Amino acid sequence: MQNTIIRKNEYFDSVTLMSLSSKILGVEGVEEAVVSMATDMNKELLRNVGLSTKESDNAENNDLLIAIKAIDEKSYNEALKSIEELLKPKNKKKAKGEVEDPKTISEALEQMEDANIALISVPGQYAAREARKALENGLHVMIFSDNVTLEQERELKEMGRDKGLLVMGPDCGTASINNIGLCFANEVRKGNIGIVGASGTGLQEVMVQIHNLGGGVSQGIGTGGRDLKEEIGGIMMIEGLKALSNDDNTEIIVLVSKPPAKTVEEKILKEVKAIKKPVIICFLDGIKDDKKDSDVKFVYNLFDAAKEAVNLVGIKTGKEKSHEALKLKIREAKENLKAEQKYVRGLYCGGTLCAEALSVLRENIPSIKSNVAKVEEEKLEDIKEYSGNILLDLGEDQFTVGRPHPMIEPTLRLEHILKQAKDETVGVILLDFELGFGSHEDPVGVTLDTIKESKEIAKSNGRDLAFVAYICGTDIDKQNYNNQKMMLEDAGIIIGESNLEAANIVAEILS
Amino acid sequence: MSGINKLFSQELKILNIGTSKFKDDLELQGQDVLQLDWEPAAGGDIKLLNIVDKLSSRKEIETANKEAVKRMINSHPILVDIDKAINVIPGMKENMILHSGPPIEWDMMAGPMQGAIIGALIYEKRAKNEDEARKIAASGEIEFAPCNEHNTVGPMAGIVSPSMPVHVIYNKTYGNYGYCTINEGLGKVLRYGAFNDEVIERLRWIEEEFAPTMKKALKNTQDGIDIKSIISQAIHMGDECHNRNKAATSLFFREIVSYVIDTDVDTSVIKRVLDFIKENEHYFLNLSMPSCKVATDAAHGIENSTIVTTMARNGVEFGIRVSGLGEKEWFTAPANMIKGLMFPGFKEDDASPDIGDSSITETMGIGGFSMGASPAIVQFVGGTIEDAIGYSESMYNITEGENTNYSIPNLNFRGSAIGIDIIKVIEKGILPIINTGMAHKVAGIGQVGAGLVNPPMECFKKAITEFDRKN
Repeated sequence: MQNTIIRKNEYFDSVTLMSLSSKILGVEGVEEAVVSMATDMNKELLRNVGLSTKESDNAENNDLLIAIKAIDEKSYNEALKSIEELLKPKNKKKAKGEVEDPKTISEALEQMEDANIALISVPGQYAAREARKALENGLHVMIFSDNVTLEQERELKEMGRDKGLLVMGPDCGTASINNIGLCFANEVRKGNIGIVGASGTGLQEVMVQIHNLGGGVSQGIGTGGRDLKEEIGGIMMIEGLKALSNDDNTEIIVLVSKPPAKTVEEKILKEVKAIKKPVIICFLDGIKDDKKDSDVKFVYNLFDAAKEAVNLVGIKTGKEKSHEALKLKIREAKENLKAEQKYVRGLYCGGTLCAEALSVLRENIPSIKSNVAKVEEEKLEDIKEYSGNILLDLGEDQFTVGRPHPMIEPTLRLEHILKQAKDETVGVILLDFELGFGSHEDPVGVTLDTIKESKEIAKSNGRDLAFVAYICGTDIDKQNYNNQKMMLEDAGIIIGESNLEAANIVAEILS
Repeated sequence: MSGINKLFSQELKILNIGTSKFKDDLELQGQDVLQLDWEPAAGGDIKLLNIVDKLSSRKEIETANKEAVKRMINSHPILVDIDKAINVIPGMKENMILHSGPPIEWDMMAGPMQGAIIGALIYEKRAKNEDEARKIAASGEIEFAPCNEHNTVGPMAGIVSPSMPVHVIYNKTYGNYGYCTINEGLGKVLRYGAFNDEVIERLRWIEEEFAPTMKKALKNTQDGIDIKSIISQAIHMGDECHNRNKAATSLFFREIVSYVIDTDVDTSVIKRVLDFIKENEHYFLNLSMPSCKVATDAAHGIENSTIVTTMARNGVEFGIRVSGLGEKEWFTAPANMIKGLMFPGFKEDDASPDIGDSSITETMGIGGFSMGASPAIVQFVGGTIEDAIGYSESMYNITEGENTNYSIPNLNFRGSAIGIDIIKVIEKGILPIINTGMAHKVAGIGQVGAGLVNPPMECFKKAITEFDRKN
């Protein structure tokens, strides 16, 4: 049976609802479940799965849609009951005398007068307004939301600059302020390396690698991916650099970004030169250019950024240890591949990690394509039908409509893994696992069965399938790093110590 | 030191606006996080939200709204006279009938309103029976107009015809007047659309015996009866002066009784007049309403003000008017059904949509807005005392001021929320709360229950859009 219920004027945030939809889809006998706010996009989604009704078409932005399709009434009722259960806390009436949760920033400030930062993850079209209100009240802001216009971003950042306030984002997934991880961030050692980054997982990877190499981090400022676009002009990158330059606890500064627009690059370099502390610039996937100023150290991947920074602190990282064991595994994997198993399929949750892998693998692997590629010939047009060497960023909108980001809910990736396992031209599957705050509690655990199943599928077809993985996490992250690693090793998966290394391992196996 | 470097030396104090997942992980790190129970403002309508932001930033609107609310609060209603509508109501004509709510044509009117008009035409001796009355009403010879456009308010159908006596309320502070008929009591009454002989006879008695006596009594008072003072006392005695008027009617009775006795009319008439007031615990509603009306009228027409000066329903549509917009500019949408308790023997299906001008009390910050002061009303409309206090508290979100003249004991004598601001209503998505009686949808059956109702959001959307266009 199928049914669509509309609950008027009941608002829930999309992350809550998407996680809930995933849970309900797991209820036995449920074929389709959509629990979402009745936005135009979600109503469209409902139509696409055949669960729309006249009432749902007429529902408004603030109405809650609950649509369930189940094999029978029992499953339907079960699903509906679970939904009601999961949505309950919101309806709970406050006992007399208890303070109600504030609804607006001004109400919140009455309860927390000394608030100094606002974390904004509301739907994009409303995010700028909340950010503006926060800035007006003297709060720093981190905007996790995307779909904020460039004009709004510029206005907010100019406002922040004029008031001496951080505007991290929009679309800023990672920051670490005073060693507190905001949104998606790893727990790392406190130290003297300050980072300002225009990419989420990029910032995470640099912090993780600094920690793993023995260094520590003072601040990790996120700017959002568009800060270095011409329209924004690197406003927050520059403000961040200035703040790190004036920060007594920061001795070395790392800047992480995709290569910016030329005019913005000049502005940034001018700023960097005025700083007395050493600055390492990581233009990820940038063009190596020897003419660039020698005062500034340029690197082009995340691991090198961390390594250079740690070296400057005075920690010797030396040459990478050559692990015989790893070499052996690579050789073994290489030998087990059949002649037709020529290709790699990278299935990434972290967008910047995917981009970095692309920059590494294109040197060694012919005609690799990706949905994050910027170069025309590398762009993957069809994300369903493809062949050859492919790197997919599963966190892109194409994959996440109506579903949580795979860093929150890595089960999104499972079907893609199985799909690759059935493709007899695939030799290596490359996966990333993000640990830290914001990420899933057990990303390896929820993926392991599928990896095993994939290996079975390959085996039953007389093939061997190589898995290479990278865990972006530290030994002090809330998910037990060693457990995660052990599960992968036990399943015979080759692990890179950095995203860079994982990509290099793939290159070697397929060479 | 820049603000960013200052932040580096502080403990983080975080407001989390959006998914609570991030809050959980911040608390895991021992951080002080306050989660907002966030919802998109203006119901998620970006166009309206832009208007809200634009209007909210304008100083002259803020100033105008403060002025409007000041006028409402400072208004001082006094009952000074009772006289026939035709003699006192501005613009009243021999062939005119006033009705509740926004303007409406005869053939569109709700059952109770048509019934009351039939009754009024029989009472005015323009028609002998229902059939004749219907013909006359439909013929175009009668001019229908909203009470609210004539400084008048009427409960339920709100019908006022030329010969009907009306309370005359004088606003001592601003010099304006307001009018309302005499409350007929419960049961079969004109305001619920009843028009049988009993109804007509009572109306005639009011005209011929009650009104002239009261007129004399009021003349005896010299300064009239201070209604503002009665309302503020009654709210401390458990009334909210919309659906509960027990205390206020008693207080009024105490004020008027010796003046009535002092008139030169026959003792038996005096007894009938006093009994009529004594036995109708809703007598005061028809004093409370015009008292609110003179205050909101005094606040109407202030340039740039976004304060609501009228909320009224005609049983088909709900209409509001806004201080800074035109006198005859109504923003309407289909009236809602009332949710509450039905009297025994009736079902929800029997009720007419929301009807009457009595929501002028809520416009003035009493009635539903002051339910927290009136625990006894809670059972009548369904709900708990916490609900009632909650309603009163939530109204502060959409109003400009607090009226300490009408204070709520249960809220530590906080002044009731007054001055509904259309900008705030749209921004917060909170609608004014009205507690009200339910009329049977068929003319003449009377009250079938009572409950709570909101104006349609559409009225406020239309109003703010028009306000934005003009300003």
